[in-house]
Amino acid sequence: MLSDMTFGQYYPSESPVHRMDPRAKLLLLIVYIVAVFLAKNFYGLAVCLIFLLLAIAFSRVPVRSVLKSVKGIVILILFTFVLNVLFYTPKEGDVVLFWRVTVQGLVSASFFALRIIFLVMGSSVLTLTTTPVSLTDGLESLLAPLALIRFPVHDLALIMSIALRMIPTLAEETDRIIRAQKARGADFESGNLVSRAKALVPVLVPLLVSAFRRANELGDAMDARCYAGSSKRTKYKKLKFSYRDLLALLVTGALLAGVILCNVYAYLLPVLY
Amino acid sequence: MNAIEFTNATYRYPGDDAPVLNSLSFSIRQGSFSVVLGRNGSGKSTAAKLINALILPNEGNVVVLGKDTVRAADGDLLFEIRKSAGMVFQNPDNQQIASIVEDDVVFGPENVGMPREEIAERIAFALEATGTEQFRHAQVSRLSGGQKQRVAIAGVLALRPEIVILDESTSMLDPKGRREVLDVIRKLQKEHGITVIDITHYMDEATDADEAFVLRNGELAFAGTPKELFARTDLLRACGLELPRAAELAKKLNENGVPVGDGILTTEELTEKLCELLQTD
Ligand SMILES: Nc1ncnc2c1ncn2[C@@H]1O[C@H](COP(=O)(O)OP(=O)(O)OP(=O)(O)O)[C@@H](O)[C@H]1O
Ligand SMILES: [Mg+2]
Repeated sequence: MLSDMTFGQYYPSESPVHRMDPRAKLLLLIVYIVAVFLAKNFYGLAVCLIFLLLAIAFSRVPVRSVLKSVKGIVILILFTFVLNVLFYTPKEGDVVLFWRVTVQGLVSASFFALRIIFLVMGSSVLTLTTTPVSLTDGLESLLAPLALIRFPVHDLALIMSIALRMIPTLAEETDRIIRAQKARGADFESGNLVSRAKALVPVLVPLLVSAFRRANELGDAMDARCYAGSSKRTKYKKLKFSYRDLLALLVTGALLAGVILCNVYAYLLPVLY
Repeated sequence: MNAIEFTNATYRYPGDDAPVLNSLSFSIRQGSFSVVLGRNGSGKSTAAKLINALILPNEGNVVVLGKDTVRAADGDLLFEIRKSAGMVFQNPDNQQIASIVEDDVVFGPENVGMPREEIAERIAFALEATGTEQFRHAQVSRLSGGQKQRVAIAGVLALRPEIVILDESTSMLDPKGRREVLDVIRKLQKEHGITVIDITHYMDEATDADEAFVLRNGELAFAGTPKELFARTDLLRACGLELPRAAELAKKLNENGVPVGDGILTTEELTEKLCELLQTD
């Protein structure tokens, strides 16, 4: 169950998006996230959706894989939706359906839920089309200026790369431990929140112990392969920023402009008429 | 020439009183295939780490390809030693730092500051020698145990080591995975002249080694050919070792009136002997 998490799972292909510079993809994602947050109305979100669909189409990743990332946070989305419906402050003229639920509340809650869904889908396009190493390489390169103020950029990138490598392994291990504890009669499904949290202790402790053991062995393996920090390391894969990347960034700039225009348009609408 | 030479090497883990390795002396010929045997806690992994200069002896010397590890550590030559003596560990899941095979294989060469063109050659060589070309862009976590260990070997080979140490690298694999790994290792020794040191609990891996070493409580209990080793029942018992399967069977046959003779270690030898007996009957 845990092992079919799609986060950080690369989907191999030779699509134009796969071939993009990871730095461009990271920047693009940042701009996209800003755009999604700036969008104040459904026109803005529609512009974001067009952009997202374009990205998915160009990446040749099955839509199913992208949607799978949303599946993982369905609970969170529902939770936000319900909260937004219940805590919506009604304005004059809102249509009350029953109790506190208004049509306008439902619309506004859908808006927020869509925002989260768009964010997650956008991020998963990045992780599906970028190998963890090129992702961390991109991050390292983008953050490189921080090294000037002694920020350990290289170490951060390596930590991220190892973490991404270990996610599937540890997820598998968690599954195994849970099954082992169930076989010993552990009960994870019943009881209140406190007793359920307590039931997790016999899972977390062995997991932590095993993670430390793994870290120890991995450290030896790294030492044995001549790891000595970043000082004289070379990089096999060189990042190349091509005109395609520039083009993609321009399109993303257009996205941002589009969203802002939608906001302004919606604002001006009452003034114009 | 000797690839590795231990001279009275003693090692104690920090904070321990008793040494884990006690005045150990032995040498391993260049280009040979050696096995190191001994029960749990006898000090095999510690000895391996001394060769790789992951740890340094408290007393005595460990010389790897003519370089003393203690002196190398003083003179910034540690990486020369680690480059020439690669190590593959036990757990297939704890050795890769990158999620994709290719990205992991380049880790070593990148560490030593190799230029890109050379790294490309090294990847090609390492993947070819371990038969893992088809996994080049695959996710490490999706591979089988045997495939992961072959990738781990590739990661070590990318540094072009003259010595490869396997620390129980086949112990977590099924028979098929074990055979895959052993075939690769044998090929490396035969075709590329790499000195192989195989630390193992499987006696069947020891039968065709050039030389066998047995550790017992941090001391060398035996050094010699596998044939000599498996002839010494008392020593085997004292060191917690068993006979290889074919040898065990040969022993039982001898006891039960089928005279296959002494000194049989492998299934092939036993089969041959049995065929001979059948023909003379
Ligand atoms: N990091 C450590 N700190 C302290 N003691 C250690 C450490 N690693 C190993 N030892 C001890 O050193 C002794 C030898 O351990 P070593 O791992 O070399 O044995 P081994 O022959 O490889 O055993 P195994 O077959 O179980 O792998 C053991 O008694 C062990 O408890
Ligand atoms: Mg060991």
